[in-house]
Amino acid sequence: MREKLLQIKDETLANLEKTTTLRDLDELRVAIFGKKGELTQILRGMGALSAEERPKMGEIANSIRQELETALEARKTTLAGAEMAAAMESEFIDVTLPGTRPILGTKHPMTMIIEELCNIFTGMGYEIATGPDIETDYHNFQALNIPAHHPARDEQDTFYVEGGHVLRTQTSPVQIRKMEEGQLPIAIVAPGKVFRSDDIDATHSPVFHQMEGLVVDRGIHMGHLKGALTVFAQTLFGEDVKTRFRPHHFAFTEPSAEMDISCFGCGGDAAKMPTCRLCKGEGWIELLGCGMVHPNVLKNCGINPDEYSGFAFGMGLERIAMQRYNIDDMRLLFDNDIRFLKQF
Amino acid sequence: MNLPISWLKDFVDIDNLGISLIDFADKMTMSGSKVEKIHHLGSDITGVVVGRIEEINPHPNADKLIVTRIAIGSGEFKQIVTGATNLTVGDYIPVALHGANLADGLKIKKGKIRGEESEGMLCSVEELGHTRAEYPEAPEDGIYIFSEPPKLGLGSDARIALGMLQDVAEFEITTNRPDCFSIHGLVREVAATLNYRLSIIDYQLGKPHLDRVAVEIQNDKLCSRYVAAVVENVKIEPSPQWMRARLMACGLRPVNNIVDITNYVMLEMGQPMHAFDIRAINGNKIIVRNACDGEKITTLDGVERVLDADMLVIANESRAVGIAGIMGGEGSKIVDDTTTILFESANFNGVNIRGSSKRLGLRTDSSGRYEKGLDPNLALACINRALELVEQLGCGDIVPGLVDNYPAPRQVRKLDFDPAKIADLIGIDVDRAQIAEFLGRLGIAVQGNTATIPTFRYDLEIWQDLAEEVARMYGYDKIPTVVAASSNVGGKTAQQHMEDALTETMVALGYSQMLTYAFESPKAFDKLLIPVDNPLRNAVRIINPLGEDTGIMRTNPINSVLTALATNYNRRNQQTRLFELVKVYHPSECGGLPKETEYLVVGGFGSVDFYGIKGVLETIGHTFGLEEPTIGFEPQKSLPFMHPGRTAAYKNLGYCGQIHPQVAENYEIGTSCYVAVLNFDLLRNQANMIKAYKPLPRYPQIQRDIALVVDNAITHGQLSAKIKDAGGKYLRGINLFDIYTGANLPSGTKSMAYSLTFRADDRTLTDEEATKAMDKILAATAEAFGATLRQ
Repeated sequence: MREKLLQIKDETLANLEKTTTLRDLDELRVAIFGKKGELTQILRGMGALSAEERPKMGEIANSIRQELETALEARKTTLAGAEMAAAMESEFIDVTLPGTRPILGTKHPMTMIIEELCNIFTGMGYEIATGPDIETDYHNFQALNIPAHHPARDEQDTFYVEGGHVLRTQTSPVQIRKMEEGQLPIAIVAPGKVFRSDDIDATHSPVFHQMEGLVVDRGIHMGHLKGALTVFAQTLFGEDVKTRFRPHHFAFTEPSAEMDISCFGCGGDAAKMPTCRLCKGEGWIELLGCGMVHPNVLKNCGINPDEYSGFAFGMGLERIAMQRYNIDDMRLLFDNDIRFLKQF
Repeated sequence: MNLPISWLKDFVDIDNLGISLIDFADKMTMSGSKVEKIHHLGSDITGVVVGRIEEINPHPNADKLIVTRIAIGSGEFKQIVTGATNLTVGDYIPVALHGANLADGLKIKKGKIRGEESEGMLCSVEELGHTRAEYPEAPEDGIYIFSEPPKLGLGSDARIALGMLQDVAEFEITTNRPDCFSIHGLVREVAATLNYRLSIIDYQLGKPHLDRVAVEIQNDKLCSRYVAAVVENVKIEPSPQWMRARLMACGLRPVNNIVDITNYVMLEMGQPMHAFDIRAINGNKIIVRNACDGEKITTLDGVERVLDADMLVIANESRAVGIAGIMGGEGSKIVDDTTTILFESANFNGVNIRGSSKRLGLRTDSSGRYEKGLDPNLALACINRALELVEQLGCGDIVPGLVDNYPAPRQVRKLDFDPAKIADLIGIDVDRAQIAEFLGRLGIAVQGNTATIPTFRYDLEIWQDLAEEVARMYGYDKIPTVVAASSNVGGKTAQQHMEDALTETMVALGYSQMLTYAFESPKAFDKLLIPVDNPLRNAVRIINPLGEDTGIMRTNPINSVLTALATNYNRRNQQTRLFELVKVYHPSECGGLPKETEYLVVGGFGSVDFYGIKGVLETIGHTFGLEEPTIGFEPQKSLPFMHPGRTAAYKNLGYCGQIHPQVAENYEIGTSCYVAVLNFDLLRNQANMIKAYKPLPRYPQIQRDIALVVDNAITHGQLSAKIKDAGGKYLRGINLFDIYTGANLPSGTKSMAYSLTFRADDRTLTDEEATKAMDKILAATAEAFGATLRQ
C-alpha cells in the first residue's frame, strides 16, 4: 500500500506538469480526489489494515494528500493567471481614441477674480458687503462728501434714472450703507458692478466692476492702510511685488493716496522700463485709490470722527482680470462668446 | 499742466541742486504732484544746424533751382540745392545735414539733384514741425531766416536757436489744487518738495483808481472781483521769441503781443485774463451781468452763440462783448489796428462757469481754470504782472491806475492746529517743530494752536487737510507700515455662500457663466412679444442713456440671455449653454429706490432640450434642499415669449421651457433654444442648506414593475401622484422607465411603465405587503384614470 501511495504521488505530480488548462487540472483533481479518485479509493481501503499499520499508513497518506493539494493549488494559480493574461491579450482597445468627457461649464473670469480677491480679504478678517445697483444721490455722492456741483460728479459720467436716483458710479455707497448700520468696528470689502456713461471700447465699458474696502475702528492710521493694502497686493501678485503710495485727492478721504505696484512687465528694471507697454515706461502700475475716511463722511453716518477713524480703498477689477488672464480687449468680457468663456 | 523746465529755472536753480530730471519727476510724484511724463520737445528733429549762405549760383540744369554754398562753422562748407526764392547771401538759416531727421519722419540724405551734388536741405519751420503761427516772422513759402545771427554761432544746434528744444514736465493736477494749474503753483510745490527757499515777486500792489472806465458788477455772486487796466498807443506785433517758445511748450498758440501776454500770465500765475479793444466798450462802462435768455453773441472764434439767463456776460451799455470767463466776443477782439486795450483780470464763480461752458459746448483754457475755483486775490497780482510785461515788451503806454471792484475780499483762513492729532492720524512720531516746518514750506504759518492758510490754498478746510500736507512733506513712503492682527471674523454672508453654491452647481451642469448688461433697449419688449399693457413693460428708465439701445433697466432676464445666445448662434458656435445670476429692476411704488430682484437665468441650444433644462431646475432644487425638488412642474401657457406647449412653471420660483419660435426668429436664432428662469431671492428664502445624514436602509427593498395603459391625455404628473397617494407608507421610489404607444394598444392610449420600490425601515418587508400595495395602486389608478394593466 505504501508503494501504491508513493506511486500515485509521483504520477500525479508528473501529470500535474502536463496540465495546460484549468479544465485539465480539474479533471486531474477529480481523478485523484474525486469520489472514485485513486487516492480516495486507497484511503477507503485503510479499514482493512491492522490496528498497528493503520496509523502509520494514515500518516503517510495524509502527508501525500496535503502535498498533492498544495501542488494542485499552486498549479491552479499559475494556469488561472496564464488564462487571464491570454484573455486580456485579446481584449485590447485603442487607447488613443478620444476620451468621453462630460460637459463642464466655466465661471466667468470676472467671477474668478472677484472670488480671488474676496478670499484674500476674508482671510484678513474682512466681511463681504453688497448694496443696490440703483442708488440714491445721497449715498452715491452727498454722503461721500460730494455735494451737488462738485467737480467729481462731472468726472464720473453718471447715468440718472427717474426719481432722482443714479446707477451707482462707484462701490463707495456700500461704505455708507455699512456705516449707517451702526455696528463698529467695521472691516468690509464690497465687490460689485458700477455704471458710467462711457462708450464701449477696448478699455472702457459703461458697466464695470469695482471693489471697495472700508475699515473703521479706534486708532486707525495711515500705517494700517499701508499695511493692509501691501499684504493684499503681495498676496495677489506675489511676495516680490513692491507697492508705492503717493498723495492724491478724493472727496471722501483725507489724507488720500493712490497705490501703485511695481510693473509686472518690466519689474521697474531701468533697462526694460522705457519700452515696457504695460507701464508705459513708468515702472509702476496704478492699482487703487485709498485714504483715511474723511471726517465729514464719518459724521454723515453718525460716527464721531474724534473717537473713530478709518481707511477706505477702491479699485477697478477689469484691469486686474485682464492682466491676470491676458485679455487685451475689455469687450470680450461682455461679449459672451462661448469660445471665450470656455477658456476659463 | 505742463511745466517747461526752462521756466522752472526762472525760480528754482535746479541745475545746482544736483538732481536729475528723472529724480526730480520721482520726488514730485511722491510729494503729490504726479509727473505723467517728461517730454523732450524737439527731440524728434536731429541733425539741423545753423548755417550762413555764402554763395548763390544758378543751377546749370534747372531754371527753378539754385545751388548754394553754406558755411556751417569750423571752416566747413556744404553745397545744397534748393528751390527757395527768399534767400540772399549772408542769411542765417537752419540747415539739415546728411542723416538729419525732420518732422513727419522725413530723413535727409545727400545726393544729386538734376546732376548737382546736394549735401542736405535748407529748412522751413514746417519742415521742423512747427507752423507760421508759432514763428510769425517765417516767410509764407520759403526757408526760415534768422532775424539776427544766433548766439551760439555757425554749426550750433538750430533747435536751440529756434527755441524748439525744451524739456517739459507734464503734471497730473488733482481737482483740489486749482493753484497748481500755473507755473507759480508748481514752482511752490517744487520748492516745498526740494526744501528750496523761493523768492517770487509779490505783485499784490494796489494802484490809484482809474477814472477812464467804470465797472459795474450786477451779480457779485458770480463775479466776486473785476480788475481792469488800460493801455494806449498799443503796437500790435508778434511777441518775442522767448515768450512764444514758452507758450508753445505749454500747448498754446502764439497770436500777438497783447493776447500772448494774457496767455503768458494765465500760464505763469493761473489767472485767465482777457484783453478787449476799448472801441468795443463804447461809453467806457463795463457791466458784468447775466445774459438774457436767447441773447446772441458771436465769439472770437467766429461762432454765433445763444445764451441763457444763467450765463454771465461782460457787456457795454448796449450789448455783450464777451462771455465771462469763457471767451471774448468777435467784436471786441484785438486786431491789427487796435490802439487802446482794456485788460480784464476777474474772478468768476467756478460752478457757474462750468455749467455755462457745458451748456454752450465751449471749453477753453480760461473756463477750465475758472471751473476749479480761483483765488480772487490773484486778480490784482496778475494784472500787475501783465502791465509789467507790457512795459518789458514795449508794446504800449500804460494809463496810470486800476479799476478794482472787489466787494467782499477773501480773507486768510485759520485752522486749529494740533500736531499730536496730525501725527496720530498719519501714524508717525514727529514733533511739533518738524510738523510746523513741513507746513511752513507750503506757506502755512503756525502760531500756538492756529495755522494760517494762504488764500491760494482754499482747499485746506480742516485739520485732516493739514495732516495730508504734513504726510506728503514727510513722505508717504516713509510712514511705517503696520500689519494689524485682525480680531474680526471675516467671511461671506449666507446669501453669498448660496450664490457660490449656485454658480458651482451650474458649472458642474455644463453651463458657462456669462456677463450681460443690466440695461437694454425698450424695443426688447417688442422682440419678446410682450403686450403693450403688460406690467413687464413698466421699467426703470435711464434719463441720459448712451443710446436707445441702453434706455431702460431690464425687467426680466430673457432679453439678456437671448442676446447672448444670438451672438453665439450668429458665430456658428455649437452647443452653447449659458447662465448668469442677474438683477432685474422694477420701479418703486412709493418713490423709494427701485426694487432689485436677483434671478438665475439659464439658456442654451444645441445639446439642450426641454428635459435637459428641466433637469437643471431639479438639480438646483436638490442643491438648495427644496422639499421634493422634482415635484411642482405645471404647464405654463401665459408667458408671451415662451412656447405655450413646452413650458413649465416650477413651484412658485420660476419656469423653464422652449423659447417661442417667433421670438427665436426675432433674435435671428435659427434653432430651438431653451431657457430656465428662477427667482433667486425666493429660492434663498425656501432653501434649506443644512445637511443632515439619514441612516442608510438596513433592510432589503422589494422592487415591482407595473405598466399601466391610460389615455394619452393623462400625464406622468397625475399618474405618479396617484401612485404615490395609493402606494402606502412603504412605497419609497417611483421611477418611470418606459412610455410605449403603438401596435397592440388601443388607439389614443399609452403604456406608462414604472418601477416601484417598497421598503420598511424596521424589518424585512414581506411579499404579501408589497402585493397588497400594488393592488391598491392598480385599483386607485383604474378608478381615477381608467388605467388597466398592460397585458
